Amino acid sequence: MKDQYDIIVIGAGPGGSIAAKTAAEKGLSVLMIEKRQEIGDPVRCAEGVSKVWLRKHIEPDHRWICADVKGSRIFSPDGSMIEMAEEIAGGEVGYVLERKLFDRALACESAKAGADIMVKTRATGLIIEDGFVKGVKLMHLGEEKQIRSKVVIGADGIESKVGRWAGIDTSLKPRDIETCAQFLMSGTAIDQNYCYFYLGNEIAPSGYIWVFPKGQGLANVGIGILGSKSGKKHAIDYLKEFVGKKYPDAKILEIDVGGVPVSGSIERTIANGLMLVGDAARQSDPITGGGIINAMEAGKMAGEVAFEAISKNDVSTATLGLYEKKWRHKIGMDIDNSLIVKDIFVDFSDKEIDSLAHSLEDVNFSSMSLLDLLYALFKANKKLLWDLRVLFKNVVKYELDFER
Amino acid sequence: MAIKVNKFKCGYCGACVSVCPPGALELVETWIEADDNCTSCGMCAKICPVGAIEVSR
Repeated sequence: MKDQYDIIVIGAGPGGSIAAKTAAEKGLSVLMIEKRQEIGDPVRCAEGVSKVWLRKHIEPDHRWICADVKGSRIFSPDGSMIEMAEEIAGGEVGYVLERKLFDRALACESAKAGADIMVKTRATGLIIEDGFVKGVKLMHLGEEKQIRSKVVIGADGIESKVGRWAGIDTSLKPRDIETCAQFLMSGTAIDQNYCYFYLGNEIAPSGYIWVFPKGQGLANVGIGILGSKSGKKHAIDYLKEFVGKKYPDAKILEIDVGGVPVSGSIERTIANGLMLVGDAARQSDPITGGGIINAMEAGKMAGEVAFEAISKNDVSTATLGLYEKKWRHKIGMDIDNSLIVKDIFVDFSDKEIDSLAHSLEDVNFSSMSLLDLLYALFKANKKLLWDLRVLFKNVVKYELDFER
Repeated sequence: MAIKVNKFKCGYCGACVSVCPPGALELVETWIEADDNCTSCGMCAKICPVGAIEVSR
C-alpha cells in the first residue's frame, strides 16, 4: 500500500468499482477503500437491473444472475393487475442479481485493471488544503492513517459523509428517502418469470411492495415506504403484515434493510479535487428506486473526468465540472422527470391508483411503447395530465427516455 | 446526545445517517455512533426501517 495515489475511491459498490476500473485502465494509480469486511454484504437492494444497460458495463455472468425476467405485474390496491412486457417495464426489470457476487465481481475487475483495494477500511475525514481535497484520513483495523491523492471519488452510499466533509449538503429529508426492508424467502410459489409490484397506502404508504424472483424457488419480498410516512409503524412492520397474509407458509432466509434516496438530483456533486458518485450523489431514480445502473454510468464518467483533470494538472471544479455536466446530461434528466412523477404519486389515494389501473384494463401493453402507455393514462385521466404537465414539457424538450 | 440504538435490531444500513441534519451519526462498520452534535430531533428514529432507534429529549 502506497501513501500517495492519483485517485482514492471511497466505497466499493458498483459506482465505486466502475470508477476505479475506468481510472486504472487509463493508467492512473488507484486505491479503492471499503469499510465493510466483505464487499457486497450485507445487501441493501432488491437486486433488479435492466439487461440492456448492464451489458454496457459488464458481460452478464450466470454466477451472479439469479433470474431472467420477462415482465412485470403491477397490482393496484383493489387487486386489479396490469401486466407489462419487458420492453416497456421501464427497463428496471431484466435480471435479478446476486449482489454479493456481483459487487465482488466488479471490484475484482477494478483490481485486475490495477487498482489497489483495502477492505475493513473506513474513511474518517478528508485532507483539505488551500480549498482542495488532497486525500483521505482513514482507519484500518483500528489504526489511523492518511493517504494523499490528486482526486477523491466519494461513492460511499446513502450514508455518505464525504460530500458533507467537503461542504456539500447531502442530507436528506424524510420525504427524500424511501425506507426499505426485504426478506429473501423460500416457498412463495411465485412464477419466476415475473417481477411483482403491489401498490396501496394501506400496505405501503407512498411506496410499494416488490416480489422479485431469485431462482430455485426463492424470492426477494421487500417494501419501500416514504420516510415521512414512517414512524408509528416502520417498513419492516408493514412487510411482516404483507408476508403474514400473502405467504403465511414461506420461510425467511435473510433480512435486508436500507434507505434509498428519492430526492432527485442535488445541487452540486463536485468540489475541488472531489466527485460524488451513485447514492452518495443521490443519483438513484426517485420512482423506481433503482440505483445500480445510474451509479455505474456516473462512476464511468467520474473515472474518465478524473483522468482528464489529472492529465491537465487541474483538478479544480473548473475541470471536474465536466463530470457534473456529463452526468446531468446523461442520467440527470431522467432523474428529474422521475422526481416529478414521484411527487405526484406519493400523494395519490388508493382510489386514484385504482382508477388509473382501471383505465388501463383493456390495454394490451406488450404491444405498446412507454410513450403510448403514458398517452393512454393521460387520455383516461385528465387531472393526471394537468398534474404532470411539467413532465410533458420536459418530454417535448428532451424526448422520452425511460429506458433505464 | 440522547439517542439509543438497539444493536440487536439494527441492520446497519446507514439510512439514519443520511437524514441526520447536523451529521452527528456515523455508520462505523457494523454499528451506529452518534457524536455531540446530536440535537435529539428524532429524524433517525422516524425513518429507521426496523425501528431500532429511540430518542429521549
